[in-house]
Amino acid sequence: MQLVQSDEGLTVELYTQMATIRRVEETLQALFRQGRMRGTTHVSIGQEACAAGVVGALDRQRDFVFSTHRCHGHFLAWGGEPRALFAELFGRETGICGGLGGSQHLCWSGFFSNGIQAGMAPVAVGMALSRKAAGEGIGAAFLGDGTFGEGTLYESMNLAALWGAPLLFVVEDNGYAQSTPRRVQHAGRLSARPAAFGIETVVQDARDPVALRRLAEALILAVRSDCRPRCLYLHTYRLAAHSRSEDYRDPEEVQARRQRDPLPALRRRLPEDQADAIDREIARRVAEAVAAAESDPPAQPRGVPLPAATLPLAPLLPTGGERA
Amino acid sequence: MTPSANGAVHGHGGGLTFRASLTEAMDGLLRGDPRVLILGEDVLDPYGGAFKVTRGLSDRYPGRVLATPVSEAAIIGTATGLAIGGLRPIAEVMFGDFLLLAADELINHAAKFRAMYHEQVTVPLVVRAPAGGGRAYGPTHSQSLEKHFLGVPGLKVVAPTHLHDPGALLRAAVADPDPVLFVEHKLLYPLELRPSEQRGTPYPTATVRAGDGDPGVIIFAYGGGVRWCLPAMSRLAEAGVSSTLCLPSRIDRFEPWTWWDLAGRPPAAVLVEEGTAGHGWTAEVAAQLAEAGDAPSIRRVTGADDIIPAAGHLEDAMLPSAEAVVAAALALVR
Repeated sequence: MQLVQSDEGLTVELYTQMATIRRVEETLQALFRQGRMRGTTHVSIGQEACAAGVVGALDRQRDFVFSTHRCHGHFLAWGGEPRALFAELFGRETGICGGLGGSQHLCWSGFFSNGIQAGMAPVAVGMALSRKAAGEGIGAAFLGDGTFGEGTLYESMNLAALWGAPLLFVVEDNGYAQSTPRRVQHAGRLSARPAAFGIETVVQDARDPVALRRLAEALILAVRSDCRPRCLYLHTYRLAAHSRSEDYRDPEEVQARRQRDPLPALRRRLPEDQADAIDREIARRVAEAVAAAESDPPAQPRGVPLPAATLPLAPLLPTGGERA
Repeated sequence: MTPSANGAVHGHGGGLTFRASLTEAMDGLLRGDPRVLILGEDVLDPYGGAFKVTRGLSDRYPGRVLATPVSEAAIIGTATGLAIGGLRPIAEVMFGDFLLLAADELINHAAKFRAMYHEQVTVPLVVRAPAGGGRAYGPTHSQSLEKHFLGVPGLKVVAPTHLHDPGALLRAAVADPDPVLFVEHKLLYPLELRPSEQRGTPYPTATVRAGDGDPGVIIFAYGGGVRWCLPAMSRLAEAGVSSTLCLPSRIDRFEPWTWWDLAGRPPAAVLVEEGTAGHGWTAEVAAQLAEAGDAPSIRRVTGADDIIPAAGHLEDAMLPSAEAVVAAALALVR
């Protein structure tokens, strides 16, 4: 990891990551629309700055990331291959988890996601404590505003603070839990809650990924140096629907937020021809990844035998011409 | 070991108790493996856990026996993270009833990870849970809820008795790469070990025979169910009915037909379970026997399909008993 990176270099890195995440997830949406993928998926379109800004501040050699149902961006920012992600969602044996995990259950090289709200919070605390015991490494655990409805989160924050778990809680507050606005389900100020456990919390608008990266680096350095948890509370916005269902939010609100999409704003900070070149390269890589993944062999069963009772049985009634 | 009134190492007969066997095993694990640690509510000395199973350990291994807040989900979840991070946590849930607060962490996390993540991680986690009734603790502190944790892919359920070597079973669970729910019946803690014939590894099945002549009945039970079966077998022998008791230690995967065959195919099988009637371990055992063909005739002896009352005499009336086991066996053989 470079200790000091120029803003120009960082802008290119962050734009490349964010645009890759955007391209991959828009491609996923298209693949589902075309019926080439089954199941469900949760895209982070509009929230990419959170993934790029925070995940890149960690050290892939020794740190770890715990993510949520909305995990593709975090996975790609961690260095995961688009092809492996596509293969996972296509149900191919080359997928991140051999096609067993799908969109929201990923595991790769210190990266873990699961689809249960707050369920991974204590697991991340335990993993952080194991790294502390080993003498190096810290982690980041992503949460959403909806996660604050789960009691397990508070149990986990309490233990993290009590036992000194080197963990950065990263809240991606996009204002909605699925279809329900934050104000309908939470009393008080969510960002004030970690402080009740003595967890230092920094609130940030996540539209500027360069500023976010600098902030995340400072917080991660703090976690690393004193083995105390911190919380980075990010205000962000999801421009796509929660999952594959319709978007029931006020279209005017979504449109207004689209005008404030962080990705084009970041793009404008790059020379036009450079941004064009980056986009072309991403489009080429993503198209190649999709083609390769789709033609990979199908995922294999785990080899667990079916119970005897579900094996094909002899027909109960005689077949053929014997029946009247 | 530090003997104590409630946590006596040796029973009245001078033998090692069920509780002490577990405590000694954890002592040895902590001594021999720096990756092992214990976490749970009230596990620190001098209290040593609600059932005194961890007594003496925190004094001997400071920093490796961790008292937690009353947060079962976080206890199991954090232990899961420690396990995938390379440590060997033993988590204690104070009463098995409280496992429900951590069911999501066990079922949707610890048990899932190895398979769901395509064998990229293992979860060497042990969750110890004192369970069962017989102490008049009432509806929420007396249950045998393990049937709800059977049939969970990736989760092993082990229920020692004093006819096994509980400490050896706990060591096997800690060495296991998969999460193990380790169910300890509360009434077994003070009993002296009475090792019997055991087969299978690493979670052996114990068998005991009583009576002479052709085998009349086989009794399948686990965990605390043993306390009714042994006296029932003596009474059956007096009545001229020989019996074999079969006690698997790993109850989530068990092939009853094999043990019935080994026992000489007795014509009758009594299936004993402390949990509520129906949909439980004995239902699975009965179904497997029936599916295998040549099945013995079967009776189940279970708790009533009801809450466990706090009043001691009402609790006694709703749980199985030696009398019920005898009656079921005699009804089948006569």
